[in-house]
Amino acid sequence: MKFIKSSLRTIRRSPYQAFAAILIMMLTFLTISFFTFLLSGSARIINFFESKPQVTAFFRNETKQSEINALEAQVKNTGKVSSVKLVSKQEALKIYKEQNKDDPLLLDLVTADILPASLEISTFKISDLSVISEMLKKSPAVSEVIFQKDIVSTLVSWTAAVRSIGSGLIIVLSLVSTFIMITIIGIRISQRKEDIEIMRLIGASDWYIRLPFLFEGMFYAVLGAVIGWTIASLSLWYLAPFLSSFLKGIPIFPVSLIFLLGVLLAELVFAIILGFISSFLAVLRYLR
Amino acid sequence: MIKLEKVSKKFGTGVFGLVDINISVDKKEFAFLAGPTGSGKTTIFKLLIREILPTEGTVVVNDWDLAKLPKYKIPHLRKKIGMVFQDLKLLFGKTVFENVAMPLEVAGVKAGEAKQRVDEVLTQVGILEHKDKFPIQLSGGELQRVAIARALVLSPEILLADEPTGNLDPATSWEIVKLLSDINEKGTTIIMATHNADILKNLSKRVIALEKGKIVRDDRPANEASKIKKEETKK
Repeated sequence: MKFIKSSLRTIRRSPYQAFAAILIMMLTFLTISFFTFLLSGSARIINFFESKPQVTAFFRNETKQSEINALEAQVKNTGKVSSVKLVSKQEALKIYKEQNKDDPLLLDLVTADILPASLEISTFKISDLSVISEMLKKSPAVSEVIFQKDIVSTLVSWTAAVRSIGSGLIIVLSLVSTFIMITIIGIRISQRKEDIEIMRLIGASDWYIRLPFLFEGMFYAVLGAVIGWTIASLSLWYLAPFLSSFLKGIPIFPVSLIFLLGVLLAELVFAIILGFISSFLAVLRYLR
Repeated sequence: MIKLEKVSKKFGTGVFGLVDINISVDKKEFAFLAGPTGSGKTTIFKLLIREILPTEGTVVVNDWDLAKLPKYKIPHLRKKIGMVFQDLKLLFGKTVFENVAMPLEVAGVKAGEAKQRVDEVLTQVGILEHKDKFPIQLSGGELQRVAIARALVLSPEILLADEPTGNLDPATSWEIVKLLSDINEKGTTIIMATHNADILKNLSKRVIALEKGKIVRDDRPANEASKIKKEETKK
């Protein structure tokens, strides 16, 4: 383990280069962490909407129960729906109270009368959603139809865009990190040229000379990954109450510790690979 | 032990460093390589530690044909040969102890064992009291001793000393030569490059004289020559 000592000594002696290397790695892994959290959150939001009834029809206040029942039967008779759920005014109030239990002011102002009854419908095929939606819109008892296919497809396209931007940014930052690391390790090798020459002449093998530099590259990357992940996780923890109230009803929080540790583990593996590749390229380039 | 057969070395500039030389050095022998600057002494040392390859001919060390030696085996060769470089090649940021311990570190010797061996060899070359000093705090003679100690620390079978008395006063030069003679008496083969006529004249050892890359003289002392003749007759 002498190569570890040797690497740590070099890092201590040139703190600015070490700081630059750790900083660029931290930036890369901070971005990776943020985009991972963002994509994972988006996936859960999409899942949430996909698992919900895909068409919701809200009834007018004056609609009679018999009219509602008639429409429900009409929808069922199409043979295209997998489930139909009637949410009465009382049930709607119950849901509202559950969602706003922490805000007494909102609870005081609302009664069952002002909340509409609704019909939540899922179809076997996505293509049948528009047929059902049109049928519901034509009914005089229905005041509004929410077609969640639109929400899901908008979310999917947003997530795809975020994934593309994230992937692009991560690739660019990884490349920048690699080039900066190659330069920094190259400077290190140049600084120790005399030592390396002497070590070779007294019988040091190529790997004995290379190991401290490879370790140094991996050390920067791993430290950068740990710092980046810590900052991203702390930010998520800090923003959780705000995001939680913003995404009311969508069960994203709390984020599980296992998920966070899984992200850290994956980032550490990537950091080791990135650090190894960058320092190995530097060693190949400068230690012939 | 060491054999150079019809060895020539042509450098990139087109200049010949060595021209068709034949040298054979036996085990436990002490030989001087003599000649002016540029005569090819250092080139021979570089060939022996395989820092460079000959343009023609073969170089054999301990039954290893160096031209055929795979790259990964070069460190093994260099651990068998101790080398005192003309410019010493000491690391000025490391102490005497750290400089001497370097070959042991490279060879993977454990710290406790290495400490003991470094103390032994520093005692042998007479600079144990300077072990915690940095090279800049030592005199020329002491620096030579550090370089010799580093070359000896792995107990090599062969010691190559490239002008170890080059920048020293006569008294210190003789101390270094005496030290190398003692090491040779303990069984290490030594080849020492020098152009110090005084040392060559007063020490009864084999002298291989070089000039412009060619051997112009290979004299063995009378007692050694007769010993070799006797051995050849026996065969």
